[in-house]
Amino acid sequence: MSSSQLRPMHIWLRPIAVWVALVLLGVASLGSAYLPLNAFNTPLNLAIAGIMVILLWLFLMDLIGSDALIRLIAVAGLVWLSFMFALTFSDYFSRACEDQPGRPAAFCVDQTINRGAF
Amino acid sequence: MSDAATALREPWPDLDRQREGVAVGIWLFIASEVLFFGALLLGYAVYRALSPEAFRIAGAETEVFYGSVNLLLLLTSSVTMTIAVDASRHGMRRTVIACLALTMLLGAAFLMFKGFEYSADIAKGLLPGAHFPLQPPQTQLFWGLYWVMTGVHAIHLAIGIAIVGALAVILWRRLLPLESPAILGVATYWHFVDTVWIILFPLLYLVDRS
Repeated sequence: MSSSQLRPMHIWLRPIAVWVALVLLGVASLGSAYLPLNAFNTPLNLAIAGIMVILLWLFLMDLIGSDALIRLIAVAGLVWLSFMFALTFSDYFSRACEDQPGRPAAFCVDQTINRGAF
Repeated sequence: MSDAATALREPWPDLDRQREGVAVGIWLFIASEVLFFGALLLGYAVYRALSPEAFRIAGAETEVFYGSVNLLLLLTSSVTMTIAVDASRHGMRRTVIACLALTMLLGAAFLMFKGFEYSADIAKGLLPGAHFPLQPPQTQLFWGLYWVMTGVHAIHLAIGIAIVGALAVILWRRLLPLESPAILGVATYWHFVDTVWIILFPLLYLVDRS
């Protein structure tokens, strides 16, 4: 039997199972945004988005079945991205209040103990 | 000559190595795209950390309905694209072409809803400038990033639709064998565009909903 005569059902099953998981996670993210979690809303939404991306990359982009070289390249972009965030925020976190963009002088009067912007 | 033999290109010794080469190339491109969108996300993170109240006020004005519908459309399009790739490996030509066409339609539907959303945003005057309706002025930073991020994403998606459409026509006219790794490359790009929307959705549409 040639490959063109095969009609394997599994080509539908895995993508649809992942789709169900992604949609449920999307609904969970949307629903949780309406819960009064205050400062935790955004971290929760981003955590759910992170899980969705991992599912997508592993199962739909097939990183789970790829060579180590492909996985290394996929992770490399994220590693460089983390460097960009770390270096930029280390600058902003360590600046004196008066040097922060958008901070009026009056705002910084009471910031003598905690000199960082955040 | 078999389909597999037609798909094989110089300098690859076999189709598996050629497929691996395509995967390396497209993932290197995606790594560069991660940094491209990463710069925009970094700008968003810094400005949101500096002006949390302005971002809360500005974020509440986005159209969460359109954003959610578009998330569903893109997630579904990623599934049809994956089925197209898997079907191509089993020689299921009609399934491949149907799934590519469906992927393209879902992408076009995304752009249609994006157009409705932009229209609603413009009607509310949410274009940064002299007559911007929200206060404080830092709310314009959020909306500036919104237009740039969603606009660049829409351009990526439009390019993806064109490439998927071209691929479907090429496969339909049998100018390219089903075994060609080009399908894998196109699919990986499409999934990346979906990935970007998954990240943008909570940052732009789920701010201050509680």
